Amino acid sequence: MDFEQTLAERHLDLRPLSIETLQVNLGKLCNQACKHCHVDAGPKRRETMSVEAVDRCLEILRQSPQILTLDLTGGAPELHGEFRRFVREARSLGKHVLVRHNFTVTLDPHPLTGKSMEYLPEFFREQGVEVISSLPYFRERETDAQRGQGVFAKSIASMRRLNSLGYGKEGTGLLLNLVYNPVGAYLPPSQREIEAEFKRRLSEQHGLEFNGLYVITNMPINRFKHFLERAEILDQYMTKLVRAFNPAAAEGVMCRSMISVGYDGSLYDCDFNQMLAWRVNHGAPHTIWDFDFEKLMARSIVFGSHCYGCTAGAGSSCGGATA
Amino acid sequence: MAPYYESRDLDKFSEMGKNVPQLWDKFLAWYAEATASEGALTKREKSLVGLAVAHTVQCPYCIDAYTQQCLETGANLDQMTEAIHVTAAVRGGASLVHGVQCRNIVQKLSMA
Repeated sequence: MDFEQTLAERHLDLRPLSIETLQVNLGKLCNQACKHCHVDAGPKRRETMSVEAVDRCLEILRQSPQILTLDLTGGAPELHGEFRRFVREARSLGKHVLVRHNFTVTLDPHPLTGKSMEYLPEFFREQGVEVISSLPYFRERETDAQRGQGVFAKSIASMRRLNSLGYGKEGTGLLLNLVYNPVGAYLPPSQREIEAEFKRRLSEQHGLEFNGLYVITNMPINRFKHFLERAEILDQYMTKLVRAFNPAAAEGVMCRSMISVGYDGSLYDCDFNQMLAWRVNHGAPHTIWDFDFEKLMARSIVFGSHCYGCTAGAGSSCGGATA
Repeated sequence: MAPYYESRDLDKFSEMGKNVPQLWDKFLAWYAEATASEGALTKREKSLVGLAVAHTVQCPYCIDAYTQQCLETGANLDQMTEAIHVTAAVRGGASLVHGVQCRNIVQKLSMA
């Protein structure tokens, strides 16, 4: 199960095509502790990006017109003290900003300060931020099983507030996209079909709207990998991913058009390599402090067996299916 | 005693094509068309039918495969359990309705 060998056998040369997106992980602090989380984020985590590193990311955005999008993730990125400044300044540079937002962070008090986060929906609207939120399923049972008791009800309440501000509604330009990932060791269904079902169910049962739904395959790393090992199905899951290898999905993998930044300023080909601490390689600069666009474009992407997760079936990325 | 069913044996399924490849190829083409492609039924509906039949024929390989296929087409456990109840009910009904034959015979043979 050597991913690079699979690429060679299929005559696939997956070099970087662009760096359109700078995905920045602001830290591991989160108000939730989800079973599948590949970041191992949670309320007790304290790793966080420094003010200087946030400033450096903004400088990189300013100096790199090719980078069109700032993709903020965590943990819950909104819990970072510099979050709002980061968003405002990136928007003032003309960048598209998307926030990987768990719905409950608006309703839960800040895990460290206890302060209310209820200003978030209005802040998102004011800045024209694209909101991307995980909702594992359109029912309470499956959602709470993965993300914790009460998460579904809070997610619905939070989504309702975003809808009331225009998010997820056609013609407003305020994008609310959902992310679906399987609640277990199996591949996600067709993105088109499950999106249609989510739209129908959330509309009929809760009167809610959203723009699109991205399906993401669970990556066999960290917390999810531990689950597979405990259940003694890691080999079975890896075999499933390898058998479902799709060259068309491989061509579209997200690492070809992005750079991922860790909370400590390290650079990675993707969020998953970041969690494995596999920094960019082959002569590319390793941190934001020596960020060099041309050198990064010339790098070879670092692959591992987990990459089969992004190339299985219809493919998987932070933006959903790739094939 | 070694068990008759081993999950790894499912990987040997293609051995059924070794001696009669022409029949195996026809089976595979038919099977894929019938079970895995979108038609008048969606892939999920086909997966639920497959799961129900798997329980009727009580094939552990099929139950494993169609359970996973149901999940991967977005079916939830309520739908899957309901499909199994449908197949069990039809199967139970089929036994019961044959009771009419028994009753007919009793009627024919009895003097009362």
